[in-house]
Amino acid sequence: MPSPRPLPGSVDAVQELLAAEDYVSDRSLATALFLSLRLGRPLFLEGEAGVGKTEVAKVLARALARRLIRLQCYEGLDLASAAYEWNYPRQMLEIRIAEAAHDVDRPRIEQDLFSERFLVRRPLLQALEADPAGPPVLLIDEIDRTDEPFEAFLLEVLSDFQVTIPEIGPFRAAAPPLVVITSNRTREVHDALKRRCFYAWIDYPDAARELAILRVKVPAAAERLAREVVGFVQKLRSRDLFKIPGVAETIDWTQALIALDRTSLDPGAVDGTLGVLLKYQDDIARVRGAEAEAILAAARGAGG
Amino acid sequence: MPEEAGKLPSQVLRFARTLRAAGLPIGPGRVLDALGAAAEVGLARREDFYWALHAVLVSRAEHHALFDEAFRLFFREEALPAGLELLLPRSQLPPPERREVTRRLAEALGAAGPPQGEAARRVEMDAALAWSGRELLRTRDFEQMSAEEIREAEAAIARLRLPVEEVPTRRLRADPRGDRVDLRATLRASLRAGPDAIPLRWRRAATRPPAVVALCDVSGSMARYARMLLRFLHALASSRERVHVFTFGTRLTNVTRLLRRRDADQALAAVGRAVRDWEGGTRIGECLREFNLRWSRRLLSQGAVALLLTDGLDRGEGVDLSAETERLRLSCRRLVWLNPLLRYQSFEPLAAGIRAMLPHVDEFRPVHDLDSLARLAEAMGPVPAGTRRPAPRRVRGASGA
Repeated sequence: MPSPRPLPGSVDAVQELLAAEDYVSDRSLATALFLSLRLGRPLFLEGEAGVGKTEVAKVLARALARRLIRLQCYEGLDLASAAYEWNYPRQMLEIRIAEAAHDVDRPRIEQDLFSERFLVRRPLLQALEADPAGPPVLLIDEIDRTDEPFEAFLLEVLSDFQVTIPEIGPFRAAAPPLVVITSNRTREVHDALKRRCFYAWIDYPDAARELAILRVKVPAAAERLAREVVGFVQKLRSRDLFKIPGVAETIDWTQALIALDRTSLDPGAVDGTLGVLLKYQDDIARVRGAEAEAILAAARGAGG
Repeated sequence: MPEEAGKLPSQVLRFARTLRAAGLPIGPGRVLDALGAAAEVGLARREDFYWALHAVLVSRAEHHALFDEAFRLFFREEALPAGLELLLPRSQLPPPERREVTRRLAEALGAAGPPQGEAARRVEMDAALAWSGRELLRTRDFEQMSAEEIREAEAAIARLRLPVEEVPTRRLRADPRGDRVDLRATLRASLRAGPDAIPLRWRRAATRPPAVVALCDVSGSMARYARMLLRFLHALASSRERVHVFTFGTRLTNVTRLLRRRDADQALAAVGRAVRDWEGGTRIGECLREFNLRWSRRLLSQGAVALLLTDGLDRGEGVDLSAETERLRLSCRRLVWLNPLLRYQSFEPLAAGIRAMLPHVDEFRPVHDLDSLARLAEAMGPVPAGTRRPAPRRVRGASGA
């Protein structure tokens, strides 16, 4: 039987682990991740959209060769789709079969109906199951989209790593999964939940790190293009925009520019592809034209 | 050396206590976690030590600055007990973000940590700077309401329903007249009922009131109404979940936390002290812009209703008020403008500000006294059928009992 890959033993090892999977991390994230792996607590990642929160969980699962179980949150997410559900059609069928066979031992039928055989396992329950490759990575994505009742339910799962099913009893994890929770902060998540986690705020990267990310993620980009793109985006982030572009947008934009055979930025190319970078019409209208040219000139001046 | 390293836990402990005194939610559990994290990461790199404590003691982005400041003060090389400074090499920390010590931290340090004479001096400067420029800044005292006024107000507020209907959520709840079969309950019922029939159980989508974000104008022209409106908003904020209240005149102030106090007079007094632009000028456009940039994505994301309480008399120029109102309208479920000027029969939207905003609001209503609030309630607040009324089933003899 294959034994699970060992967890990294130091903050440096975490950074190397992530780097091996093309994720350029900063020290704050690596430290929080190290602690969460070491002490067996969930990692709570907050940050604006497109800074690479979800990617952390994916990369972690790949690097440790663990199964990735993803729970995408949405408003109204309930137990039936997050943890478990009974397989009602099969249960109904079972009742009919018992009746046809003139089985009258009702307590036994009832016990039978609510056994694991009829249980449909959803992500949270799956994450508690033993896995020969080691405990899986459980990604609870965009938790700010759910509502408060679901957060309250998560408390049990995340503090004791167990789910209680009334008909059966508690389901306890053989080994706690590696939990990563992300939030875009469209609302504040309750402190009771955060208290059980290690917290890391992922900020927009600085120019050096963004350039490193771009080199890893878009190796096809010419050096000059990459530098100018990063310079432009960094300047753009200091503007008063409704939605500031994230790293994901920087990568998309670079790829778009490569697809248009650009090896450097010019005002025409910027205007034509601004929609990849900015997602609100007000922002595009504000930046397009003279403003973009000014930012470009400033970025070139700063980049030398 | 073991003796020096042995001082670390008590330092971490005092550090955590200082942060707690400065207002960070740090319980004993977190303090223990912090000790564990510090032990795990060790002192080899000052930066790692910093981020380890950060991961445990900070749980909101806005606490970062306070933590940063406190860490710098607390684990300064010279402030450390002899020996520890050798253990914590002067390696790269993130560059300091703000030079001045925040007042809360200075107070907390005074109460729980090493005294910082220098810090106290800097605080005074900070407070002086905040009183800036040409704005008419006045901290206002609320006079007590008369007893009769209170009774009147409370009666009216009790009758109030907001002009917002409940919205269906994606959650389901049991309802005998629902529109979806509740399989779990049906199965249980059929087990009890026996072989001949499967009694269906039903459920339907639950509803809940939408989040409400109120932006209340407290400038000079609104002075007469501000107190009453804030009372109304206090009743709203303390009776429902997910209500956020801002005031604006020349600047935007989030007063949600203050309004959650239980006693109305206390709450309003706290707001009066916190809001610095009472009865000053109005810069609606700039305040809306600030709201749009800093708050709207966080507060309006889950289908919130925005209430704009202002007379629309705007002295600001430069910011495109029409565009900012439109942005607000696009970000929320419904934009309701409550305007006290509407009580005048001959009201016509002549002021530039009003003309700029009016095309973008979903609803335009008068709100000049409690009576009009009550009328607003009657006109706009029908309880949606089927959500509040009891089921029409009657127990025989119940009426006589």
